[in-house]
Amino acid sequence: MSEVKTVNCTIDGKPVSVPEGTRIIEAAEQVGLGIAHYCYHPSLSAPAMCRMCLVEVQGVPKLQPACVTPVMEGNVILTESDKAREARQGTLEFYLVNHPLDCPVCDAAGECKLQDFVHAEGRKHGRSLEPKRVLGQDDFGGDVLYDGDRCIMCTRCVRFMREIAGNDVLGVVQRGNRSVIDTFFEQGLDDDLWAGNIVDICPVGALLSKDFLHKARAWDLDGAPSICANCSQGCNIRIDTRDNLVQRFKPRLNPDVNSYWMCDYGRFRYEWMNHGDRIEAPLVRDAAGKLAASGWSQAINALLAAVEATAAGKPGVTVVASPYHATEDAGLAARTAAVIGGSTKLVYRSPMAATEEPCPGFPKLARRRELSANGRALEIMGFERVGDDAGKGGLNSAKVLIVVGDELGDLPENFGADAELFIYIGHTLTAAARNAHFVLPATTYGEMEGTFVNFEGRVQRFWPALQPPPLARPAWQILGVLLAGLGDGDAPASAGSAFLKLGELHEAFSGLSYDMLGSRGALINERVRIGATGAEVR
Amino acid sequence: MAYPYRHPKETRILSEAFGDPSARTLEGWKKRGGYKALEAALNMTPEEVVGVIKESGLRGRGGAGFPTGVKWSFFKDDGKPHYFLINADESEPGAFKDRELMRWTPHQVIEGAMIGAHAIRAQHVYIYIRGEFFEPAQILARAIEECYAAGIAGKNVMGTGRTIDVTLHLGAGAYICGEETALMNSLEGRRGQPRIKPPYPAVSGAFGQPTNINNVETVCAVPHIVNNGGAWYKTFGTEKSPGTKLFNVSGHVVRRGNFEFPLGFSLKELIYDVCGGIRDGRKLKAVIPGGSSVPILSADEIDIALDYESVAAAGTMLGTASIIVMDDATCMVKQVRRMVDFYAHESCGQCTPCREGTAWLAKILRRIETGQGSEADLDALLDIGKNMTGTTICVLSDSAAAPTASSIKKFRDEYLSHIRDGVCNARAVAAGANA
Repeated sequence: MSEVKTVNCTIDGKPVSVPEGTRIIEAAEQVGLGIAHYCYHPSLSAPAMCRMCLVEVQGVPKLQPACVTPVMEGNVILTESDKAREARQGTLEFYLVNHPLDCPVCDAAGECKLQDFVHAEGRKHGRSLEPKRVLGQDDFGGDVLYDGDRCIMCTRCVRFMREIAGNDVLGVVQRGNRSVIDTFFEQGLDDDLWAGNIVDICPVGALLSKDFLHKARAWDLDGAPSICANCSQGCNIRIDTRDNLVQRFKPRLNPDVNSYWMCDYGRFRYEWMNHGDRIEAPLVRDAAGKLAASGWSQAINALLAAVEATAAGKPGVTVVASPYHATEDAGLAARTAAVIGGSTKLVYRSPMAATEEPCPGFPKLARRRELSANGRALEIMGFERVGDDAGKGGLNSAKVLIVVGDELGDLPENFGADAELFIYIGHTLTAAARNAHFVLPATTYGEMEGTFVNFEGRVQRFWPALQPPPLARPAWQILGVLLAGLGDGDAPASAGSAFLKLGELHEAFSGLSYDMLGSRGALINERVRIGATGAEVR
Repeated sequence: MAYPYRHPKETRILSEAFGDPSARTLEGWKKRGGYKALEAALNMTPEEVVGVIKESGLRGRGGAGFPTGVKWSFFKDDGKPHYFLINADESEPGAFKDRELMRWTPHQVIEGAMIGAHAIRAQHVYIYIRGEFFEPAQILARAIEECYAAGIAGKNVMGTGRTIDVTLHLGAGAYICGEETALMNSLEGRRGQPRIKPPYPAVSGAFGQPTNINNVETVCAVPHIVNNGGAWYKTFGTEKSPGTKLFNVSGHVVRRGNFEFPLGFSLKELIYDVCGGIRDGRKLKAVIPGGSSVPILSADEIDIALDYESVAAAGTMLGTASIIVMDDATCMVKQVRRMVDFYAHESCGQCTPCREGTAWLAKILRRIETGQGSEADLDALLDIGKNMTGTTICVLSDSAAAPTASSIKKFRDEYLSHIRDGVCNARAVAAGANA
């Protein structure tokens, strides 16, 4: 292989060295200069048609599109010269000739690149006095609504559907300023798993999510980095909330996992996080056999006493963990079972799809068969999957039962009623959960810090996006305090230290820490990954 | 007046057979010496053919005037399939020279194209013809059939073992498909939109392979050059613009049509002598010398020679030499608005300055035309035009801006009469002047 040559140039006076063939827009990014653009997207082909990224290359008579022009040795590139700025200002004015300027009712307002660039560099007053062209809206099918009047014809959506979704159903119809994006005949986006991404990459409000339509203004949203829990791919996402309710999921760039994309299956399964019927306080079964609300210290003291009493006989514990809960939660539950002693049984239930649905243009990404986030972590820690492909059945009562997160919604009303000790740590008080001796309110993964391990063994962090009910605590914290009471070291003070504790217990996690996971996650230790502990990819 | 009218001053080489239907058949064309040049070229190496064309100084007749021999010399024996494309889209308003060449001398087109294909080592010629050209397409299709039947086209061309297929491809009615890369997209079955250059067609053109594309008139000159030599061709025209050219004149002259002259012929003489002057005894007002997309010349600017350099020196372009003559009763605002309307309709819609700019210019011009304009509109038109120039992938955008700007510069009074008086004064002025 021949070595790739390095070329040197300056961009707005900053020296840049890049491999030969690097495009100006990418070179500029390396020195922190963002060149305004619409049609260019790093993961799509570049048609150079929005004409926003025109820059001056000294010695070249015409302005050059930075998105397709490679850097040449010795180039002096100016993005802020009068010529370049005037061209941008002129082009921005063209964009507004037919744009309806209906920002007050547009979902994209606040996160719209047309708004941003016009605000930054556009003319103070538009000169167009002409009546605007009106195209109206079109339902593209699936979750997508198209507003032709707002469309700036960057064709990112057309190229995404062709190049990434592998489903060439969008095209430009007509020409000139009558151009509109349309679906072919009646075949819309209805059955496409990836179409939701075109709303994300639309630089303006031309493509709208029906799910998010008029739900919230962009500036009222709070976003937190998280992981999609709806399959074992572990797509990096941002959870956008308003008034402590999830409004939408947006994919977050991770080149190793999901690039800029996520599937519609995952994207629209967030409503459960907004459910209000939560367990609000620790419930402890009293002498009369009734569940009564209590404070945390009372509950923990009672729990510790009950566990110590039971543990004396080394009864053997069955742990049911949810694959939608953090690794730290399940790990400390398993540890609790080990400390109590006897023969433990660790199980989890997860729905499973019939097929895997890979993303044609980015094959690393797929809607995996396993429709939950953390099955791989549970397998690593010795849990066994039970139940059917709907994530139901497969559970039997046991002498000592610890349930973390699994709602037990499908189980008979008397499930666990015969258990000697039944500890339920979760969010919802289902019929079966009412049989527990201790019902302890836990946070969902959206309300806490923690990690998931995806199908290939990548440990990825998530951060709290929502405020939990006041008395809910992360399951790892509840179990950590219990373990400390049982003499198993100090209670971890943070999710990070709970994770370190797992590192002491499981070789897969040893040597890993939150700091090391960074924004792209880290693979579990190699030896374990390729060993017999479940290299099977689901 | 019999068509085509033939003026005694003309030098008819390419258009010699115009008006003679017998030249359309293979037999008739051979009687006129047809396909001797192809036979001679096939006995030469590609380099030798390119050498002859280079020597002749032939320049592209599609508008840009790029030296044809140089263009052909880009193609090396690289093992890739090469394509030889003929741009027969002739969609420029005012242009009708290629149509006549195809109607009267289809074999001249095919012969020139096949010589070119040999010169660039192409095995396939595509003639991309404008969809509205029903009659020329039928005539060409018949001629191609004759060539296949006679063993001239196809496998084993004239017994030499060379394969040169000739395919006629009809466009679907888009002006922009006359732009070479849009033409290639259209030929491949894609949306007719110009491509970004580089890569240039000689590197990656039709079907991603090295491709040469020439105008119909360019290849029509090739058989004559091969037959008579490059030095012979240089005896016509000027030093930098050698050879003859079809001047297709339309508008308010007595005699409209195609006239063939050596390059460098006088525009004034063409209008007042060859074309018989302005019709109905009116006076000349303006001339567009190279098809609708070039800057307009006013009546006092027409004393120029019609070659690439002289026309450029006058601030406009020879282009396709499609000369549109307008008399003094013509409303320039209306004419320019008509042209810009055309560009707005034909913009492919890719690049924002063109997609939005052409339609915007048209709307403003219409407003001025109907008496609703203001003087500020004129500055806006010029500034919008400036923003549309040099900022797009192809030059359609520039083509709409150029006549707008030149007309405002040269006929500002007329715009002002529309703006101030709400009416066009062209006819009144003309009536006064002619009284």
